[in-house]
Amino acid sequence: MNLILLCLIMVVLTVIGYWLGQRQAVSAAGGDARRLHSLPSYHGFYVALCALLPAIVLFVLWLIVEPIIAEQVLISRLPAEVQSQDPNALRLLVGDIKSLALGNIVSREIDASLQAAADGYASVRGAGRLGMTVAVLALLLAGAAWAWRRISVDHRARNGVEMIASGIMILASTIAILTTLGIIFSLLFETGRFFEKVPFFEFLFGTKWSPQTALRADQVGASGAFGAIPLFAGTLLITVIAICVAVPVGLCSAIYMSEYAGPRLRALAKPALEILAGVPTVVYGFFAALTVAPFFRNSGEALGLTVSSESALAAGVVMGIMIIPFVSSLSDDVMNAVPQTLRDGAYALGATKSETIRQVIVPAALPGIVGAVLLAVSRAIGETMIVVMAAGLAANLTANPFEAVTTVTVQIVTLLVGDQEFDSAKTLAAFALGLVLFATTLALNVVALNVVRKYREKYD
Amino acid sequence: MSAVEVQEAQIAHDLHKVVARDVNVYYGEAHALKHVDLDIGSNEVTSLIGPSGCGKSTFLRCLNRMNDVIEGCRVTGQITLDGEDIYDKSLDVVQLRARVGMVFQKPNPFPKSVYDNIAYGPRIHGIGAGKSEMDEIVESSLSRAGLWEEVKDRLEKPGTGLSGGQQQRLCIARAIAVNPEVILMDEPCSALDPIATAKIEELIDELRQNFTIVIVTHSMQQAARVSQKTAFFHLGTLVEWGDTQELFTNPRDERTQGYITGRFG
Ligand SMILES: Nc1ncnc2c1ncn2[C@@H]1O[C@H](COP(=O)(O)OP(=O)(O)OP(=O)(O)O)[C@@H](O)[C@H]1O
Ligand SMILES: [Mg+2]
Repeated sequence: MNLILLCLIMVVLTVIGYWLGQRQAVSAAGGDARRLHSLPSYHGFYVALCALLPAIVLFVLWLIVEPIIAEQVLISRLPAEVQSQDPNALRLLVGDIKSLALGNIVSREIDASLQAAADGYASVRGAGRLGMTVAVLALLLAGAAWAWRRISVDHRARNGVEMIASGIMILASTIAILTTLGIIFSLLFETGRFFEKVPFFEFLFGTKWSPQTALRADQVGASGAFGAIPLFAGTLLITVIAICVAVPVGLCSAIYMSEYAGPRLRALAKPALEILAGVPTVVYGFFAALTVAPFFRNSGEALGLTVSSESALAAGVVMGIMIIPFVSSLSDDVMNAVPQTLRDGAYALGATKSETIRQVIVPAALPGIVGAVLLAVSRAIGETMIVVMAAGLAANLTANPFEAVTTVTVQIVTLLVGDQEFDSAKTLAAFALGLVLFATTLALNVVALNVVRKYREKYD
Repeated sequence: MSAVEVQEAQIAHDLHKVVARDVNVYYGEAHALKHVDLDIGSNEVTSLIGPSGCGKSTFLRCLNRMNDVIEGCRVTGQITLDGEDIYDKSLDVVQLRARVGMVFQKPNPFPKSVYDNIAYGPRIHGIGAGKSEMDEIVESSLSRAGLWEEVKDRLEKPGTGLSGGQQQRLCIARAIAVNPEVILMDEPCSALDPIATAKIEELIDELRQNFTIVIVTHSMQQAARVSQKTAFFHLGTLVEWGDTQELFTNPRDERTQGYITGRFG
């Protein structure tokens, strides 16, 4: 049976269960819903959830387990000499049989034994499907019936529904947390493998980055050097340029919005600035590469400076524009949270508006502003697209913003683009870089959030 | 104006620190303060009493032009300080506020050290150039506010870390530090416990030697204890004002009578 049809049937049965549960609750109370412990709708939900949840769990498990079992059955039915051949060849053969069974393209001659195996596999899968349909629907009905029989005046359906609901929430957040942990562990694991090939200190403190490793022993110029300092330096340079753009502009616009602009202008200006954060980074990237970089090169030429066509400056400036809203929006919020009484206090002492802002409001909001800047920095460090397109690939160790540099994120991209052996030092280096990046932004975020929280505590 | 009126106005100006004539305040369309005439004597404590929303704070804010910061607020009429019109175009608000200090209902020390809280006003007005001079201003302001003994060992600690009553005295010291002529206080004790309140009342009585004080209060006992003159506001009008003793024992208007005997308010 079609999977979508099965899902539809499950939904319909659940809805019917809800409706029946509700009615049963009312009739159990002799038509007077006020005598019930829980509202009739809770009884309905209770029946629906008891029916649906176990059925869904079974459904998912079956979908995961069934193909594995079917494959085992398929292999066990193959002749013994085929089974005992080399595992890779066996895997290919099994793949072909499955393809044949599903009507896909097959990479070898189709003979009778192959066809028979495919038919066998298809029938196993068909039986599995049928079994699943029957089992899932049976479980659904059983769950509904069990819940339906429990309906009575005193049945605490509301508490049950609340418990199930909180269980679902816990499950969802557990999935999110486990995913994060999974990513971290796979990063750690692969990084460990990288450090088996390249010494830890050479990676962290080496000044030469040239990740080409030899595929064949006789290749030239492919010794491979994994000193990440040029990448860290490039990232730092671009981030510093971005901050030099974003902090003054963002802070001034925040001050304008919170202290000078009227409420109506503010309601317009703030979302308008936040649009900057919503522009796709690819768009910023080609803006940087096609407009800003040539502009800097031409202006540099006019001034007698050599600016390469891919420069840290172009990438940094555009990235700075991108993170302006992070600085301005959050700073505006924290400055708005500075109590009016502080402003009044300063005005009453004869301070002018700009004195009040400089000497009272900004210092009072400083922890929050620092937090906002740190969040923007961590965003800048992790940004990839703009630097890929505008900063270049050359791992120069330089502090000159007119030269091409490269960043950690760009190198991760180039290491993994194209055909790669998965266990070469070159590929594994991406994981090590990713881990460094992750640790840095995590640390920045933690610090930033703590700073912001400290500030909040002071005035609430 | 008739000759007599001119003469009377002259006398009022000679005798009083602050003279308000026909003051009206509008918040947008709302007429919050109507035709207020009030004289405030030098080295006296004048208290403003009246039910909530009657315009006491509004009047107080007129005296140092704090209403300027409120959007949509408009003030008409005349208020003079030592005979000088404070709403005159040529008058500098910064200088006015140096002469007329203010203490708010809720203590609002800046999130700076105790020392910097006091030094803030003198610094923006260019008083106390040297370090030793500033030290002296800080010490004398804190002593006059009766806070020196309690905070002299923690001048570098944040002012926000003091107790509520200490914070309010810190705010008073902050206002005193620029050596104003008039100090406005808007319900300075409403956030404080009775002991801290008693301390501040004592302080107000001492400060009267050197400053002219206007205080808004909801407590009639407090008005009776600290002030020489009392003004009673009701629904945006000044109903009557005069010697505190006189007003409390012998009110001329029945609205005043009603308020002080607790029949409304
Ligand atoms: N910023 C403002 N914007 C608009 N209306 C205001 C504003 N401030 C005060 N008002 C109005 O002006 C009137 C007088 O207010 P004011 O604050 O002077 O009263 P008050 O006598 O100080 O009262 P309370 O004893 O409660 O402090 C009130 O009706 C109030 O609603
Ligand atoms: Mg008030």
